[in-house]
Amino acid sequence: MPSTRDIRRRIRSVKNTAQITKAMQMVAAAKMRKAQQAALAGRPYAALMNEVLARAAARTVAFKHPLLEMRPVRKRAVILVSTDRGLCGALNSNLFREAVKFNQSNAVFITAGRKAAQFAARVRRPLAAEFTYQDTPQFGEARAISKFAQDLFLKGEVDAVDILFTNFISTLTQQPKVAPFLPIGKIAAVRAGHSGAPEPEPLSPTVTTDVFEFEPDEITVLGALLPHSLSFRIYQILLEARASEHSARMVAMKNATDNAQQLIKGLTLEYNKLRQSNITKELLEIATAQMAVG
Amino acid sequence: MAATIKLEIVTPEAKIFSDDVDMVTLTGGEGEMGILPQHMPLMTQLVAGEIVAQKGKETIFICVGDGFVQVTGDRVAILTDMAINADNIDEARAEEALRRAEARLAEKISDEEAARVQAALAHATMQLKIKRRRG
Repeated sequence: MPSTRDIRRRIRSVKNTAQITKAMQMVAAAKMRKAQQAALAGRPYAALMNEVLARAAARTVAFKHPLLEMRPVRKRAVILVSTDRGLCGALNSNLFREAVKFNQSNAVFITAGRKAAQFAARVRRPLAAEFTYQDTPQFGEARAISKFAQDLFLKGEVDAVDILFTNFISTLTQQPKVAPFLPIGKIAAVRAGHSGAPEPEPLSPTVTTDVFEFEPDEITVLGALLPHSLSFRIYQILLEARASEHSARMVAMKNATDNAQQLIKGLTLEYNKLRQSNITKELLEIATAQMAVG
Repeated sequence: MAATIKLEIVTPEAKIFSDDVDMVTLTGGEGEMGILPQHMPLMTQLVAGEIVAQKGKETIFICVGDGFVQVTGDRVAILTDMAINADNIDEARAEEALRRAEARLAEKISDEEAARVQAALAHATMQLKIKRRRG
């Protein structure tokens, strides 16, 4: 049977925890709004980029580019985008559950975010490179990651690159998602199957029949467009990942705060009961003592 | 046949412009070009500069950075890293950005950062150029 002092101490400690989680919830909520806005603002660009690529790819059958080359996959790289910090619910565990599904013998990891690097080290998976990205992802950071992946692919060290990240759906739902990244030949097949961006409308048959004119020529234009579109994809994915992270953290912290409040309520009730029974006991003792004396 | 063509300008931050216009003039990989409705499908690189859109009697000027243009029969899709309506260019802010970028370039910075500052510099210069010419 705990004494009233023990219970009082526990209430105080739970209250402190609640205060901290409440503060974290507020911070996450503020960051979430910004991150969500950034992620949503980038979607029209991403959608248009995918559409432009799909249209161009559909019409340039003869076009050859090293980034489009399909090879039998002997070795693949996985870009794993996680958060830097924990306390965001099951976000990272869900992500890593997908990550362990990749074949251990032929997959190397490229990580973005500290948790992903820790994960790769913990499960002893080969790690090709470790990248970081800021709270508000910069395009330069995305370009560095995409450049590294492209180099690996072009040098023939890997035959395919996938990207695994948390797709932002809404504040309450975030889903780990695997998307093919390289070779780009696959993009035409999956089209805008990327990060929640709306699917492009099916191209009308009259449009698909005509041929694109390129100025100055398709090698130059697509040669510039392809790497840029890859970098941009990563950038958008980083934005989505950040939006997911802050949303998940806010929800997790809100749950923690609610739980703490409930705990405090239960403990307070118990404390009051105990205090009341102590008073009753004392009264009883006084009365008995009086009776014995009288 | 459609008498107008849809002009869409999108940057990573937002959709800047989306409207039906009569004619679009832009600077492509091989010089300036005017695009009318029913233009043949075309893809080209966009060179930083000015996009002029004619809509009825109205003329819209938009300042853009580097990017890509895709023309299909009824639409001009423009992907660029920066776009701002010429009327909204704030000269003082552009100048301020220019000075900041130049100061940053003078310092020792990494290649990655230098590229970013260079881009900011180009944007600010472009905005000022267009503003001055029109103002």
